[in-house]
Amino acid sequence: MAGLVIEREVVIEAPVEVVWRTVTEPGQMSQWFADRVELVIEPGAHGHMQFGDQGGEVVVETVDPPSRFSFRWNHPRGEEPVAGNSMLVEFTLTPEGDERTRLRVAESGHELRDWPDAEKQRYADEHSEGWAEYLERLVAVLAKGQSG
Amino acid sequence: MTAQADDELWSAIADPSRRRVLDLVVSNGEVSASWLAGRVPFTRQAVSKHLVVLEQAGLIRRRKQGREVLYRLEADRLDQATAAMADLAAQWDRRLATIKRLAEAAHEEDKRRQT
Repeated sequence: MAGLVIEREVVIEAPVEVVWRTVTEPGQMSQWFADRVELVIEPGAHGHMQFGDQGGEVVVETVDPPSRFSFRWNHPRGEEPVAGNSMLVEFTLTPEGDERTRLRVAESGHELRDWPDAEKQRYADEHSEGWAEYLERLVAVLAKGQSG
Repeated sequence: MTAQADDELWSAIADPSRRRVLDLVVSNGEVSASWLAGRVPFTRQAVSKHLVVLEQAGLIRRRKQGREVLYRLEADRLDQATAAMADLAAQWDRRLATIKRLAEAAHEEDKRRQT
């Protein structure tokens, strides 16, 4: 995925329903994400998160209990968040037995705007690396150029 | 780096056409807009726009040579970007670790109540 910023995962010793509650309930979110979370967990719902003295709007995108939850944030003030102007945070929960869950988070965004579709697809195929890999590669190319 | 500077940086490198421009700058040292325009599938005008965004994000620097404007990579900024990316990963690791702690505690609590 061309706009992938970061992808991380963790294995949790708890059933998937418990992990789902922890990830999605605003009272719980305020313990692991923002200082204050005002959010209704349903697709399209607009909410607010407060980080210290900085606040930000969030919009819920996918709610598919207990396996998928996503929201968009970091979009320009006054604009509706869509692909291209915001970051998408996606949680994927996969049960591994009755009391174990694999939780994956991917943050992506700002990708592929103002491009004809065919060109987007071609470029996405060529550049499937994430941002971190992209930066690492640039650094490597640069180091090579400087030494040679 | 401020949050806004980060945003500029991420949107600068997230766009595939800008990555292509940046790739060419990195692998060729110092280049002009018209040289770039001959090597990408978009217009000279689009190349100029991408160069402006990359410059605003601090990733490239311009220099005038005679009538030509040449662009080169700002290596320090690239290092900062790599570090910022590592920070972002660490931030999500911390959040996931907190989720793990909360969920496992909630699960223990559930089990205690059932017995």
